[in-house]
Amino acid sequence: MKVVIMGCGRVGAQLAVLLDAEGHTVTVLDTDAYSFRRLPPDFGGTALVGNGLDQEALKRAGIEEADAFVVVTQGDNRNVMAAQIAKHIFNVPRVICRIYDPLRQELYQTLGLEAISPTTVFAQLLKEKLGG
Amino acid sequence: MYIIVIGGGRIGYYLTKALLDEGHEVLLVEKNAALCEKINDELGSVCFRGDGCEAATLVEIGTGRADMFIAVTGDDEDNLVACQVAKYKFNVPRTIARSRNPGNKSLFKKLGVDVVVSSTDIILEHIEEEVPTHPLTHLFTFEDSGLEIVEVKIPPESKTVGKSVKELSLPEESKLVLVIPRERKPHLATASTILQAGDRVIALTPPESEEQLRTALRGS
Repeated sequence: MKVVIMGCGRVGAQLAVLLDAEGHTVTVLDTDAYSFRRLPPDFGGTALVGNGLDQEALKRAGIEEADAFVVVTQGDNRNVMAAQIAKHIFNVPRVICRIYDPLRQELYQTLGLEAISPTTVFAQLLKEKLGG
Repeated sequence: MYIIVIGGGRIGYYLTKALLDEGHEVLLVEKNAALCEKINDELGSVCFRGDGCEAATLVEIGTGRADMFIAVTGDDEDNLVACQVAKYKFNVPRTIARSRNPGNKSLFKKLGVDVVVSSTDIILEHIEEEVPTHPLTHLFTFEDSGLEIVEVKIPPESKTVGKSVKELSLPEESKLVLVIPRERKPHLATASTILQAGDRVIALTPPESEEQLRTALRGS
């Protein structure tokens, strides 16, 4: 599988490493080259500096041939916009985005985006841990 | 009309002011507390402190009864999301977004924003007009058909000076409308109109034929 990941924070880098270890073709895109320090020296994928809201940068990252696009930058709105570009402009078969705000996550889920809210997921997890 | 404006920067501020002067009910939403306070001091209590992309904020300010929702922050992605939330969650009939990157214009429209204003495009066009040697100036674009009204200047050294319109190899889908000579009265462009040095030709054209139209009119 060919995967483009936008945002090389802790989650983005970790996901890139996991997918790379399983033999997938991974490209990570971030606006800040410094964030690529999170990738280990033996990372076999591609790290690319670029803004995922820019369609040219997405093309350079190989979005046209990608099977999946995952967007996990710090900004909810940036994630939403990039995910919609991937889905509606480049017709990527699988698009997943992170939206911290549960209300926005709910809205975009109903609009057809595969959106995950770590806020909801983690709060639920903590609650279960506490046996509540 | 109840109009909600998102973003209390310079555009949001002057827009709110103008809409208030026209007698509308206007609410400006701004994240920054200090800016919000300053606006309220100057314009009266019109500014609400909050994030215009958050559904919770939009519930509080009664977005459900808004007639118009205008997002003019400095970030394209914020303007897009604010308009989408207003449109799809609160059914606001008319949403308007500012886009700084001209490339986002068609994307925003595709994603449901009713009107997209590209501030960069507008500034560029106005500056282009002021450059005397600029060969082709965009005057207007029809949103529905995508056709443009453009102005092409005929410089004295142009090979087409002295030729009639029917001698030019104009692209079929472009239509010449008006010729404005330097010192005489404007006249309609017909097949027998002779181009003169310094003429300004007003034409209607699809954007993709722009280059061909310019070449046909200026002969280079």
